[in-house]
Amino acid sequence: MNGCHPEAPRAGLLPNPSILPPRPANDRPIIVAIVGPPNAGKSTLFNRLTGLRQKVANFPGVTVEHRMGKAKLKDEHEVFLVDLPGVYSLHPRAEDEQITHDVLKGERPDFPKPDAVILIVDATNLGRHLVLAAPVLDLGLPTLILLNMADDLAVRGGKVDVSALSSELNCPVALISAAKGTGIERIRQFLMGTAARLNAPPPKIELPVLQDVPKCRQWAANIGVRASYRAPAPPLWTRRLDAVFLHPVAGPFIFLAVVLAVFQSIFSWAQPLMNGLQGMVLGSGHWLAGVLPESPWRSLLIDGVWSGVGSVVVFLPQILLLFLFIGILEDSGYLARAALIADRTMAKFGLQGKSFIPLLSAYACAVPAVMATRVIENKRDRIATMMIAPLMTCSARLPVYTLIIAAFVPNIPIFGHFLALPAAVMLGLYVLGFLAAITTARLLKSSILKSHGSSFILEMPPYRWPTLQSLSLRLIDRAKIFLKRAGTVILLVAVVLWVLANLPLTHGKAPAIEHSFAGMIGKAIEPAIKPLGFNWKIAIGLITSLAAREVIVGTLGTIYGIEGDEQSKGLQAAVHHDLSTAGAVALLIFFAFAMQCFSTLAVVKRETGGWKWPAFQFSYMLALAYSGSWIAFHITNYFLG
Amino acid sequence: MASRKRPVADASKPSTLTLADLPAGQRCVLDRLDLPEDVARRLMELGFLPGHEVVPGMRAPGGGPRVFRVDGSEVALREETAARLYVRRDPESDLVVL
Repeated sequence: MNGCHPEAPRAGLLPNPSILPPRPANDRPIIVAIVGPPNAGKSTLFNRLTGLRQKVANFPGVTVEHRMGKAKLKDEHEVFLVDLPGVYSLHPRAEDEQITHDVLKGERPDFPKPDAVILIVDATNLGRHLVLAAPVLDLGLPTLILLNMADDLAVRGGKVDVSALSSELNCPVALISAAKGTGIERIRQFLMGTAARLNAPPPKIELPVLQDVPKCRQWAANIGVRASYRAPAPPLWTRRLDAVFLHPVAGPFIFLAVVLAVFQSIFSWAQPLMNGLQGMVLGSGHWLAGVLPESPWRSLLIDGVWSGVGSVVVFLPQILLLFLFIGILEDSGYLARAALIADRTMAKFGLQGKSFIPLLSAYACAVPAVMATRVIENKRDRIATMMIAPLMTCSARLPVYTLIIAAFVPNIPIFGHFLALPAAVMLGLYVLGFLAAITTARLLKSSILKSHGSSFILEMPPYRWPTLQSLSLRLIDRAKIFLKRAGTVILLVAVVLWVLANLPLTHGKAPAIEHSFAGMIGKAIEPAIKPLGFNWKIAIGLITSLAAREVIVGTLGTIYGIEGDEQSKGLQAAVHHDLSTAGAVALLIFFAFAMQCFSTLAVVKRETGGWKWPAFQFSYMLALAYSGSWIAFHITNYFLG
Repeated sequence: MASRKRPVADASKPSTLTLADLPAGQRCVLDRLDLPEDVARRLMELGFLPGHEVVPGMRAPGGGPRVFRVDGSEVALREETAARLYVRRDPESDLVVL
C-alpha cells in the first residue's frame, strides 16, 4: 500500500517537509494550481507534466476529486501540481466550483494556498475562455497563461500574437499543445522559476468587475482584438461527425451499438483474461498449500485469504475493460453526445441526460458511478442518480449470479443456438436491475426529490482522438483503487470470517461449522430469512456479503470447506443441497436488489455529506430485496408445485 | 400576436420570439434571458449574452435537447430552457448552411 488515503490527501501526497529546501515564509513545498474551463485540456497537461508521479485524492469532507503530482523538472526543484476541477468562472455555484474557488483563495483549512497558478485555455475559443483570466489574475498570484490546442488553431486558420497578449495581461503567455507536447519546455521554465518569484507579487492590471459577466466578456474580447486574435474556422470534422452521430435514424442506432459493444466487451472479451487470472489464483493457492506445513495458519492463508481475496481479484480485467471503454467515450467527446441522445428518455423517469454517464459506469461498479454524478449540477437529480446507481447490475454480482445459475438453471436452448436458458436468466437479471432503477428514479423524482425545472445545459466538446497516456493513467488509477479494496476490506472480511468459522475450539480442534461462532450467528438470523427459503448457511453468506457482494462465494466455499471457486462443481452441488429452486430464485432476486456494498455506502455518505442518504438507500434497497425475494419464492413454489 | 409571426429587429420593444421558435441555421441575436439567476449566469458564462449571436443547430434524435452554436462553441439546451431565451432576428443575416 502506498501512503495515499483519500481522507488525508496532505499527509500522503506531500512529502515530509523536512527533506525539502527551506523556504522563507514556511517550509512546505511549492504548489502550483492548474485551472481552466472544462475541456480546455487541463488533465492532458497535468499528465504531461507529472506522468506517473500523481495520485487521485479527495478533499476531506467533500467528494470532489483532485489530482496532485510532482512535476518532472530537470533540476532539484520540488514543485507539486494540483489539478483543480474545471470551471467557467470563480463564482462558486456547484461543488466543483466552490472547491476551485476556495483552494485558489486559500480558504480551505486543509489545503495550502497555491504559490502560483497555471491557467490553461482553449486557443480555438480564446474570447470566451479568456474570461476566466480576469478572476484568476485578480488573485494576485504569479500566473502563467497557456493557450492550448495550438495545432488545432493553426490547422483551422486561426492566429494570435502571443507577446502582445502577454503584455496586455502583464503575465507570461505561451501557445502550447498539451496533447502533442509542444511548448511544454516553457511551462517547465515557469515552474522552475516559481520559487524565485514568490516574494515579488505580480504587477496588477486593470480588471473588469468580476460579477458582471457581459463586462468580463467584453474585456476578454478587447484583449483578443489587441492581441490580433483571429478565431479559427469551425471544426469541420466535429460538424461532420455530429451529422452522423446525431442523425435522427443513424444516431440512435450508433448509440445502441456503442452500449452493446461495451457490454459485449465486459462479458466475452474479459472472459479469457479472467479465466487466466483465476487459473493463476487457484494454481498459486495449490502450490502454497503444498509447500506450507499443515497448520491452522495454512488454513487461514489458503481458505481464508487466498480464496476470499482471489475470488475478487479475478474481476480486475472486466472492470478495467469497462473503464477503458468509458475513457475512450469520454475523451473522444462521444459521451457528451450520448448524454444528449439519452436526455429525452431519461427525462421520462425524472432524470436527465447527464445521469446516463454515471449509470453506464454503474454496470462496472457503483463506487465510480456515484463519483461520476458530479457532472449533474441539479442536486436533487444528482442524489436520485446516486440512489439508483447500485441497482444497475455491477460486476460484483456476476460471480454470485454465475454460481446460482450454474447450480440451478439447466443448460437448455430457448432460441436455437443464440440463447440458452442460463444466459437468458442472466440477461433477465440485468433487465430487472435496470427496471428497478428507473422505477425507483421515477418514484423518487415525483416525491421526496421532486425538483422544478431542472435544466440540462451541456457543452458539446469537439471530437478528439483519445491519447494513450490519458487512457493508461486512468486504468492504472482504477486498478490501484480496486486492488487496494481487495487488499483491505475484502481481506479483512475473509480473515474475520475464517476466525469465526474456526472458533471456539473444541478439544483443541476447529469445530464443525454448525457449532462455530459463524454458525451461531447464522442460526440466530435464520428465522428472519426462512420465509425467503434461506437457511443459516446462506445467512452467513448474506452477512459477509454486506461488505461486498462477491464475498458470499468465498464464504460459502469456506462454510462447505470447498475452495471458493464459483465454477467448481463441488460448490454448485453443495449449494444445490441447501437451497430449493424457489430459494435459489429468491436469492438471485435478493442480490439484484439489496445494497450489499459498504464501499458504495461510504462513498454516498461522503458525496452527500452525511448518513441520511446512505441510510435511506440501504433501507429502501433492503425492503425491496426482502419483499422481492419473498414474492419470487412464493411464485416459484406455486408454479413448481 | 402579429409580432410573433413577423418579428422585427426593433431593439426598443422587448422581443417575443424565443430560441425555441427558430429553425436550424437561423441566425439571431440574444435579447434577454428570462431564467432564474443561477441558470442565467451559467448560460451567460457559456456565451449566451444579450447582444451576442446564437445559431440553432442539430436536435437530438427523437426530439430531445438541441445544440446551439454560441460564442465559438456548441451548447445543448432543452426546449423549455430555449423557450425562455428571447431573441431578435438579425435582419441582415441569412440562414447559415449547416
